[in-house]
Amino acid sequence: MSMELRILAAPREQQALLDLPWDMPLEQWPEWYLVALPRGISRHVVRFTRLGGNVYALKEIVKPYADREYQMLRDLARLDVPAVQAVGVVSGREAPGGESLDSVLVTRHLQFSLPYRALFARMMRRDTVDRLIDALVVLIARLHLTGFYWGDCSLSNTLFRRDAGAFAAYLVDAETGELHNGLSDGQRAHDLDTARTNIAGEMMDLLAAGQLDESVDPIGVSDQVVERYEALWTELTEWEAFDVNERWRIARRVDRLNELGFDVDELDIVTDIGGRTIRVQPKVVDPGHHSRRLLRLTGIDAQENQARRLLNDLDTYAAVTEQQGEDEEIVANAWVMDSYEPVLRAIPRDLRGKLEGPEIFHEVLEHRWYLSENLGRDIGLEEAARDYADTVLRHKPDELAILGGTSAEADTTQPFRITWSDLQ
Amino acid sequence: MATVTFDKATRIYPGTDKPAVDALDLAIEDGEFLVLVGPSGCGKSTSLRMLAGLEEVDGGAIRIGDRDVTHMPPKDRDIAMVFQNYALYPHMTVADNMGFALKIAGVSKDEIRRRVGDAAKLLDLAEYLDRKPKALSGGQRQRVAMGRAIVREPQVFLMDEPLSNLDAKLRVSTRTQIASLQRRLGITTVYVTHDQVEAMTMGDRVAVLNAGLLQQVDSPLGLYDKPSNVFVAGFIGSPAMNIATFDVKDGRATLGNADVAIPASISSKVAAEGSDTVVLGFRPESLLPASAEETGGIPVLVDVVEELGSDAYVYGRPAGPAAEEQADRLRSDQIIARVEPRNAPQKGEKINFTVRPGSEHFFSVKTGERLEP
Repeated sequence: MSMELRILAAPREQQALLDLPWDMPLEQWPEWYLVALPRGISRHVVRFTRLGGNVYALKEIVKPYADREYQMLRDLARLDVPAVQAVGVVSGREAPGGESLDSVLVTRHLQFSLPYRALFARMMRRDTVDRLIDALVVLIARLHLTGFYWGDCSLSNTLFRRDAGAFAAYLVDAETGELHNGLSDGQRAHDLDTARTNIAGEMMDLLAAGQLDESVDPIGVSDQVVERYEALWTELTEWEAFDVNERWRIARRVDRLNELGFDVDELDIVTDIGGRTIRVQPKVVDPGHHSRRLLRLTGIDAQENQARRLLNDLDTYAAVTEQQGEDEEIVANAWVMDSYEPVLRAIPRDLRGKLEGPEIFHEVLEHRWYLSENLGRDIGLEEAARDYADTVLRHKPDELAILGGTSAEADTTQPFRITWSDLQ
Repeated sequence: MATVTFDKATRIYPGTDKPAVDALDLAIEDGEFLVLVGPSGCGKSTSLRMLAGLEEVDGGAIRIGDRDVTHMPPKDRDIAMVFQNYALYPHMTVADNMGFALKIAGVSKDEIRRRVGDAAKLLDLAEYLDRKPKALSGGQRQRVAMGRAIVREPQVFLMDEPLSNLDAKLRVSTRTQIASLQRRLGITTVYVTHDQVEAMTMGDRVAVLNAGLLQQVDSPLGLYDKPSNVFVAGFIGSPAMNIATFDVKDGRATLGNADVAIPASISSKVAAEGSDTVVLGFRPESLLPASAEETGGIPVLVDVVEELGSDAYVYGRPAGPAAEEQADRLRSDQIIARVEPRNAPQKGEKINFTVRPGSEHFFSVKTGERLEP
């Protein structure tokens, strides 16, 4: 019985995908199809390929799992969760000899993303570890708010993007995930317990490999994951009670959530019968407070901290140009023309693949601050941008498409998955 | 190690009135390998997750040994979810790979060394403890991963469809490996699968669930020989049992010209429930080819012959004068019979089958429950 090759994907990408040698196991694909050797932890064969300017990750996996993960990633995208984007599933593959081959799940590689192993390629400092953990904790909390149980949370199953000195985390592997209406305390606790074990293991391995500063304590770091998660979760979901005279605390709760990057769309407020005590609980919180505001005002798509940074600069701009009373959108438009775009234009084209636009702008702001302090005078943004490009950006690695890892032989340098079939 | 008890454990998902798991009563013995099996949505995974602490329990209780764990957080339950796969860390020794989770849990160094040593002995890994995973074979690596779960010395192992991402051939050979490892370890294990063959080959006992209700729990052979209702009869066994509704009259069950003598006790039980029909089940191996003249048989037109070497199965449909009525009253759209592989019929042939006396299963048409002669 001959099967039909089926490519489930958007038409534009279907065309490009058609040209790949699907009648061959991924493992045997000739190198000219591939952009790099497989990196990162996976229990399946994973390869990267470049088509029409985009990099795609291909994962060979049994069909029900490919279909399920494809659907899951689509659902997560619909829910606006930071995750890699599913492009399609190729099924019904057959080798020339007639034997059937597993399906392939195709995802688009996340531009400017970094696997944690790439971040550790040079010795990693304590504060970098803290920032990675913070990003991961925000991701887990966001997933849990949407009812997603990860099942296998780890640094390996996450990609990081720079975010104005911090990181933003993206989910890469949804194979073990489940989407529920809401999560039970047990599911959250178990997810966190898995995360904690995996992260400690990954850190211990880095330590054993000499890639982690000796001052970093893997167990301390993994404890931190739990503590920070609990603190964030409490802020996001707990009831808070206070006296009727302390109503300002409602506004403060909202401010704190905004500060953490969450919008409060719905707040439940209950007054007791005597009317002396007010209890509030955020009902619907939406992450991306600053990045949404920046996008609305300027059309710039940025990570949360980058957006915060850019908005601060926008506020400063409004004050300096005495436009505080003006319509927000008009000022924002002027700021893009006067500040943001000139900075990016000042960066030579060949250096623009090193970092994302908003990240470059953030770094230029930092650079201007240091430069002005050293010179004892305030230097202009464009001058700072040119100096930054020459003295800093030029020496950074290109991060547009880093696929991670440090060695061709993944088995010897990175954690690897073993499956039951190995028992044979 | 410990027993596991579900005591009228119930889970009702918010926004639904029908329980996903309905008053489950199940006592699992110390060291037992118990398999939960059933079609999708039957409540098997939910039951396992209730035991793991991932699902809330809305009614009843769950106990591990004498401890009531109904509302206990997962990590305090002394259970280990055995994953489909574990990560192994290449720069860490086998001993560290096995023991690092204990370090996180704050277990003392001496205690970790003892537990890792014990587990390594059990898994034949004692001489590899100082090596890196790279130096091990695939099977040894998998045992290191198992070691990670074992050193926690859990009371219970939980496995949720651990073989589902393997292809069919690997699944068959791996299930024996897991079962034999479990027997060697002697740790009480609850295993979930949708595959009744997997359930039958692995479990000491198998619990069959359907629509949130426990249908039967018994040894694999017990389920096969004495299914307690029509659902279990149809679900357990591959190929499936032939099941049809027969008329009961004068100590005989008839369907068209098919005619089977039935015990007097069955006749009276059918009469007692005010009925004149009975559900009759017969496994493929209970059908015997008979000569065309022999009365009481079911003429079957052969559609497909499945040759397995050791066995052959005939898939066909009723083809006698009462074919239409017989086909209507059959639970599936075909009749399946095991035949001599050296003497198998051809597609398109017509064969007269009779049911081997005494091998029939009887079920009430009213309740679906088994009727014992």
